[in-house]
Amino acid sequence: MIKAILIFNNHGKPRLIRFYQYFAEDMQQQIIRETFHLVSKRDDNVCNFLEGGSLIGGSDYKLIYRHYATLYFVFCVDSSESELGILDLIQVCCYFFKMLCRKKQMVFVETLDKCFENVCELDLIFHMDRVHYILQEVVMGGMVLETNMNEIVAQVEVQNRMEKSEGGLSAAPARAVSAVKNMNLPEIPRNINIGDINIKVPSLSPF
Amino acid sequence: MALKIVKGSIDRMFDKNLQDLVRGIRNHKEDEAKYISTCIDEIKQELKQDNIAVKANAVCKLTYLQMLGYDVSWAAFNIVEVMSSSKFTYKRIGYLAASQCFHESTDVIMLTTNQIRKDLSSPNQYDTGVALTGLSCFVTPDLARDLANDIMTLMSHTKPYIRKKAVLIMYKVFLKYPESLRPAFPRLKEKLEDPDPGVQSAAVNVICELARRNPKNYLSLAPLFFKLMTSSTNNWVLIKIIKLFGALTPLEPRLGKKLIEPLTNLIHSTSAMSLLYECVNTVIAVLISLSSGMPNHSASIQLCVQKLRILIEDSDQNLKYLGLLAMSKILKTHPKSVQSHKDLILQCLDDKDESIRLRALDLLYGMVSKKNLMEIVKKLMLHVDKAEGTTYRDELLTKIIDICSQSNYQYITNFEWYISILVELTRLEGTRHGHLIASQMLDVAIRVKAIRVFAVAQMATLLDNAHLLTGNMQRNGICEVLYAAAWICGEFSEHLENPMQTLEAMLRPKVATLPGHIQAVYVQNAAKLFATILKSQEGNTDSTAAQDTSQLMIDRLPLFVQSANLEVQERASCILQLVKYIQKLQQKDVEVAEEVNALFAGELNPVAPKAQKKVPVPEGLDLDAWINEPPSESESEDEQPKAIFAKEEPKHSRPRHTEVDEKELARRREARKQEQANNPFYIKASPSSQKVYQDAPGVEHIPVVQIDLSVPLKVPGLPMSDQYVKLEEERRQKERAEKKKKEKKKRKEKRSGRGKKHDSGPESEEDITPAHQVDIVTEEMPENALPSDDDDKDPNDPHKALDIDLDKPLADSEKLPVRSHRAAEAAKSPAEDGETENATSLEPKKKSSKEKREKKKDKDRDRKSKEEKKKKKHKHEEKEEDLLGGQADEPVVQSEETSEVAAPPTSTSAEVSDLDFWLSNAPVPSNTQEAATVAAAAAPELEAPTGTAPDSEPDEPKDTEMEETKSSKHKKKKQKKEKEEKEKKKKKKHHHHHHHSDGGGEESVQNGTVEEEEPLPPMSNYCLLAENSYIKMVYDIQGNLQDGSQVVVSVIFENKCDSFLKSMEFNVLDSLNSKLQRPEGSGPHDGLTVPFQLPPGVSNEARFVFTVQSIVMPQKLKGTLTFIVKNEDSSTHEKLDFKLHFTCTSYLITTPCYSDAFAKLLESGDLKGSSVRLEGVNMPFHHLLARICFHHHFSIVERIDSCASMYSRSIQGHHVCLLVKTSGQTVSIDAKCDEPTLLGNVLDEIKQTFSQC
Repeated sequence: MIKAILIFNNHGKPRLIRFYQYFAEDMQQQIIRETFHLVSKRDDNVCNFLEGGSLIGGSDYKLIYRHYATLYFVFCVDSSESELGILDLIQVCCYFFKMLCRKKQMVFVETLDKCFENVCELDLIFHMDRVHYILQEVVMGGMVLETNMNEIVAQVEVQNRMEKSEGGLSAAPARAVSAVKNMNLPEIPRNINIGDINIKVPSLSPF
Repeated sequence: MALKIVKGSIDRMFDKNLQDLVRGIRNHKEDEAKYISTCIDEIKQELKQDNIAVKANAVCKLTYLQMLGYDVSWAAFNIVEVMSSSKFTYKRIGYLAASQCFHESTDVIMLTTNQIRKDLSSPNQYDTGVALTGLSCFVTPDLARDLANDIMTLMSHTKPYIRKKAVLIMYKVFLKYPESLRPAFPRLKEKLEDPDPGVQSAAVNVICELARRNPKNYLSLAPLFFKLMTSSTNNWVLIKIIKLFGALTPLEPRLGKKLIEPLTNLIHSTSAMSLLYECVNTVIAVLISLSSGMPNHSASIQLCVQKLRILIEDSDQNLKYLGLLAMSKILKTHPKSVQSHKDLILQCLDDKDESIRLRALDLLYGMVSKKNLMEIVKKLMLHVDKAEGTTYRDELLTKIIDICSQSNYQYITNFEWYISILVELTRLEGTRHGHLIASQMLDVAIRVKAIRVFAVAQMATLLDNAHLLTGNMQRNGICEVLYAAAWICGEFSEHLENPMQTLEAMLRPKVATLPGHIQAVYVQNAAKLFATILKSQEGNTDSTAAQDTSQLMIDRLPLFVQSANLEVQERASCILQLVKYIQKLQQKDVEVAEEVNALFAGELNPVAPKAQKKVPVPEGLDLDAWINEPPSESESEDEQPKAIFAKEEPKHSRPRHTEVDEKELARRREARKQEQANNPFYIKASPSSQKVYQDAPGVEHIPVVQIDLSVPLKVPGLPMSDQYVKLEEERRQKERAEKKKKEKKKRKEKRSGRGKKHDSGPESEEDITPAHQVDIVTEEMPENALPSDDDDKDPNDPHKALDIDLDKPLADSEKLPVRSHRAAEAAKSPAEDGETENATSLEPKKKSSKEKREKKKDKDRDRKSKEEKKKKKHKHEEKEEDLLGGQADEPVVQSEETSEVAAPPTSTSAEVSDLDFWLSNAPVPSNTQEAATVAAAAAPELEAPTGTAPDSEPDEPKDTEMEETKSSKHKKKKQKKEKEEKEKKKKKKHHHHHHHSDGGGEESVQNGTVEEEEPLPPMSNYCLLAENSYIKMVYDIQGNLQDGSQVVVSVIFENKCDSFLKSMEFNVLDSLNSKLQRPEGSGPHDGLTVPFQLPPGVSNEARFVFTVQSIVMPQKLKGTLTFIVKNEDSSTHEKLDFKLHFTCTSYLITTPCYSDAFAKLLESGDLKGSSVRLEGVNMPFHHLLARICFHHHFSIVERIDSCASMYSRSIQGHHVCLLVKTSGQTVSIDAKCDEPTLLGNVLDEIKQTFSQC
């Protein structure tokens, strides 16, 4: 089981947190701080496993992390997960984050190794929700859901297309603008008594 | 109003989206908190808007803020609103937010049940997927119970995307609702062979996770997993399976033997390091489980160690780490093979990576011997000095102590050295392990008698220099050592060189700054010292010296009398008074030393930590028996439905009681242990608090060796242990030399080769003799103590509840709860469920053992005929699929598989023997062969006329398949939803009925055969209550089992319009006979508020309790529902009138009845008869029976061909018996009941049911 997935930058600012066991918000922040403290003081050429972290887990739990440029990707897992497997998984996740956030066409032309070199922090900052959606296709409720890259890509793509066809979330303000434009302004009585809010107005076209 | 809307629209243009929020936060680095608080205010405004897009945007931003540590639980309701949006975009946002911030105590979770259920059955697979993902993060026990059945249905969804998610989430459901494990397990198992690799992987994942905690229950799956292991190419799956085998092998050594070969093959062939590593790990587990007797083991061990060495030597730190980790596992059983790599491990101790050093430390534990202990500890002490972080240093400290104290100080040859190591460790700053050092000091001083002189001298030095330890408050942890020092000096004060100096050190004013429990020990031991000093001084004839000592005590003790610590105060004032009295006597020149010494006479012996627990309970003493009458809390239990038939067995409350007691016992034990751990006066493995007031026998026999104190002791804080290392070295050399001499002599005497054996290595373990003969006093144990190893499992571990035998046949009662009727006071019904289950679960168990025996006999004879039957059954299924329009997605082969796989878990004996067969079979059986054996074993059970479980089980998938095809056919029709709902209802009712009817053995059997013939058409008891353009109400009435005068009306409200329905009020005009139960304090004409609101398209169920007096006549009640329809711009009041029809049927409760009890009932003559004939009934007999059972709450007592007897009972205890016969299209029903009016009405209602169809 994976207990938590934390992504934070070199200063310990969280970029994505995903706990599969409930912790209150302040506890979550404390865990992030502690984990950051543990991870950040390690050199880059030491191993990627870390015991301890008194707040999260216990003796059965391990922190498995990777450090890419400005970001730390930390998984807190118990002994049922394969350590090396999780390291691979982190790589896979990073790859997706990078590709999706840049809205590139998801074609696997590049070999994996090349892609990890610079996962850009900015990619993650502005698209936290998307990163979550990708992660949901890889890990669910603390268990690894899918490891087949093509399958993950396909599912994420379909869902993004669905969102697009619905207009997406960002379309809401735009729709509002068009709604204002479409309103038949002359129909609104000229002499509106500002003091009286409850004036009756002919029904507006619904939007 | 319009203005508001216009304004809102314009505002929305300027609404921030997530990106704007993030950008804003980045631009306000200085006043981030302030900026965020204004953002939260904006979000609050946005959440008040009706536009769902705005809300979703706000919730999305909240999710971001949650990540930054802001509590967003106040928006929980809005999150639910966004979740219930029909648009995928918003739904996804809502579920994401929910999964980030909902948890078990979030109260709005209760409101989500129906929404989630709706999403789960959505035609859009991604809606379902999003709901499953979200649910996996915040599933609660209630949600798990309510949704378990829906999720189980999804496990056979046509889309693999949904299947894999549903399979995975089942694990979470099991954790929260352990009762679901057994009913869901067959299907889970079947998913192991799903054609989709993702689903297969998910199933493996879940089962591995389950098996990791309770491996023994999953042993029977070993053949299946073995097959997967040899066939799968997915490394993830392989790793999981191999890990699982690692957990299984300790339970079944034969499995290990079978595994070794394929695993070693994998080790040689795989290129994936992760897989190789796991293989090595499992091979190690196998080797551990196998007793060393097989010749080829050493080869495997060698292979493992060799591979691990490669890993450790790799430049990749990760591999190095893992190699060490695995090495430590080998260490436990094969220390020899690891010890040869000592160089490598010691090298790792110097690694720059802390994780690696820690792992290497672990390994050291097993590397030490008498020979190298000192050397290794010396190395570690160097590390202690160099270590930077406190955690690593503390780890080193504990490791040093662990290594030295392991197996009763086996490797320590020189205890002086050890004591000085301990003293050196006290110089560690800021360690948390002061108490550990202290307990070691105490332990050694008490148990190694020869060392006491030395220890006391060292402790006295420590006490003298106490200011070094306490000088800094940061070093607080280490002052625990003074506790030990003071106690040792006091207890063994006769060994002190200068007791007066120590006494003064103990009574320094600075002592008052120490923690209370240490002060208390100081005071007590000062008194002991005082007694010793008195004794020595009185001999000297110099009486003034003794009086000076008393004066010193009297001067210094008042400081402690003032202490805030109760313990210190009490001891100090007690001793002060004592000393004052002694002084008085001294002034009169009375000799007191003897009497004072008598206060502290006697020797303390160590007591084993578990000694108390191991005292056997005397016979006839029941510690858990109530001394007084227990408080009556189980009254409701006694008020179980009164037994109608004398033959009915009494409630099995007794076994349940003992179970509770056991739990309680474990809890108490745990609490006691906790208490002991917190009690500073309870020192484990050290002196008991009570003294033995007599001279311990045998003290004289202990050879006390004179110790040559060649090392200066009085230099505090100087590492002395190094000098011991040198000394030891010299001593050993001397010894060796002597030995060689002796040996030579011996050899001269005897010329035989025997001497050679001894000489095999002058360095060998046995040759090193301890510096001085040590007598390690073993811990005392009570007489006739019971040797037992209690496994101290955490009682709160959620996995404990999942320790369930999965091979036992499924009892009828074990069904996943489907939406069921619960009275408004819902608290009652789970308890009721539990009780019925408890009562019934005993019955099938008894039966099954008998069955098994019978089955075994019949097995061979029946096999052929059974197989034929099975074929027939498959034909049935095929036919069905044709009827349903031939599902392309579900090939026939798969349904065959379904029935096959569902069966095995129902037969323990067959399964076990199957496993045995598989294990004893040396060559790997081919797939087909194995499948054949499984099928053969399963066949007898599959159609066994006595086995109810397998019959009902394969039925279910069929039902669900039907449901699925239906739902895909009628897409986007409004009634579809309703239909599905009805179908679900029907299924639930169906199970409900089972649930009740399983109490008696025979009739449940009959039920089984009834169902087997042909699936039943969907049925629902919900009928239309009222409907208009806004809302539709359907209702069902159920009797309340607990209360003879209550019925529960469940009403499903469905919002049919596009507006929000709120403030619904349900009111009924009471009649004399029937009254709506209203909350206390409301008038007889007040309506009841429906406890929810309805967003568009949503339906929800509410329950209302009615009290009825007479139940013999049907009745109608008029009522009204008032509600507010809220649009974007307006809200209107609406009302809807309805008539509630209380049929006599609704007063009946499905109650099981034994056939003999039934016969007696009929014979008794109390019942009055009546009969009815139904013409032109055109349906199979078993359908007819099922209909009567379902719609009229009857259970089948017995069925013989075209004739069946049925039974039911009213809420007021009337017995209703039916005899149903059929010939052609005519059905005659003879009925008997002790209330003719009721009977007449019930028969009328039955007639009506059949005239409708």
